[in-house]
Amino acid sequence: MSSEGLTKRIIACLDVDDGRVVKGVKFQELRDAGDPAELARTHAEAGADEIVLLDITATSGERQTLVEIVRRTARQLFIPFTVGGGIRTLEDAANIFDAGADKVSINSAAIARADLIGEIANRFGSQAVVVAIDGKRGEQPPALAEVYVAGGRKPTGRRVLDWAKEAELRGAGEILLTSMDRDGTGIGFDCELTAAVASTVSIPVIASGGAGNAQHFQEVFTAGRADAALAASIFHFSTPGHFSTPGHFSTHPVAELKQTLLRSGIPMRWPC
Amino acid sequence: MIAIVDYGAGNISSVKKAFEHVGAKVQVTADPAVIAAAEKVVVPGVGHFNRCEFLNEYLRAPVLDAVKEGKPFLGICVGMQWLFAGSTEAPGTPGAALFAGECSRFPAEVKSPHVGWNQIEFRDGSRLLRGIENGAFVYYTHSYRAPVVPETIASSGYGGTFSAAVERGKVFGVQFHPEKSGDTGLKLLENFCEL
Repeated sequence: MSSEGLTKRIIACLDVDDGRVVKGVKFQELRDAGDPAELARTHAEAGADEIVLLDITATSGERQTLVEIVRRTARQLFIPFTVGGGIRTLEDAANIFDAGADKVSINSAAIARADLIGEIANRFGSQAVVVAIDGKRGEQPPALAEVYVAGGRKPTGRRVLDWAKEAELRGAGEILLTSMDRDGTGIGFDCELTAAVASTVSIPVIASGGAGNAQHFQEVFTAGRADAALAASIFHFSTPGHFSTPGHFSTHPVAELKQTLLRSGIPMRWPC
Repeated sequence: MIAIVDYGAGNISSVKKAFEHVGAKVQVTADPAVIAAAEKVVVPGVGHFNRCEFLNEYLRAPVLDAVKEGKPFLGICVGMQWLFAGSTEAPGTPGAALFAGECSRFPAEVKSPHVGWNQIEFRDGSRLLRGIENGAFVYYTHSYRAPVVPETIASSGYGGTFSAAVERGKVFGVQFHPEKSGDTGLKLLENFCEL
């Protein structure tokens, strides 16, 4: 009656600062990319499989603002919607879910107090908990990659593979793995590290950091064994034709990317 | 009014929001009187099958009465699995047994949970799927799945074929999340509202 058809996911990430989507944190110059609700809808219409909104300000005074942005963004969004940035307690998470998010992404707070993973998973289900891991390994093998927190500023002394496994055991539904070595470079995902995490856990792994072209996505879905791949700036800023194969009519970067990947044999949700 | 039964199985604000988007009047409730007064009943849910304990204990009678009265019923995800006899996820927690068989975990050869977009293949004639294209993509997130039964109207493949949707009379269940499945999901909810 049917074939094995789970597709690889393309996730558009919105880095939000003070209510506006901005170009990634690693860049010197913050460029305004627009209104989160509007961009989320545009990306969803273009074929993004999921939207992630990361609050990169995340100072305590801004919490209520974030909840309002989430509410406004979720209103017109009927694909999975994940929110991260500054979620430290079960109550923070509950407020974000109440505003219309389907999943929360937790990072530093989970390292600081790992019980938070289980607390959210018990109340809202494992599928609602994404544990984000910022990993850095330089020239070292993936097994030695280290977890960083506080927006990549603080080393924790913990190994990425150990933490990913612990997060899974504690109830994480997915791992969002960002390679700090690659983030913002555009030279491609860290496929080796992604594959190492993907073979350590049985939950889905979302690869992030380093996306520059369609080939990079293809590599992370094959050699990197990623279930999903996330990118931000290149979806908001790339010019038409960025992801197209020559001679192909270009539309939105996400749509271009998905069509290009589909033609190279990666299972994609297309048309959307 | 559509009663969306709240029995503590995850976050259901997106189910409410999607129904409202297609123009339905909904009420999220754990009150048997509200369920009894509703024209249609939706049992959503995500997470562990043991959440159905609450449903069994407090709301089983009003929900099943609604079904007996012929009110359109939609179970989503765990809400669909509850329509079966039970699940190996929580052997001590019975389902409503409106459909035969037991839900079970995906085989070890595939990653579990099954998270993401997969295609549904269906046979013609389903009122719930009217206007939806065969092979349409829908969003899933689950580790247990229902077997294919005579009432299976749509199926998906992942570690074998499983029930994506079941339908008998006005009783419907979908394993995927129509509230998170873009235009395809909204169309399904609209079809349910029009029953």
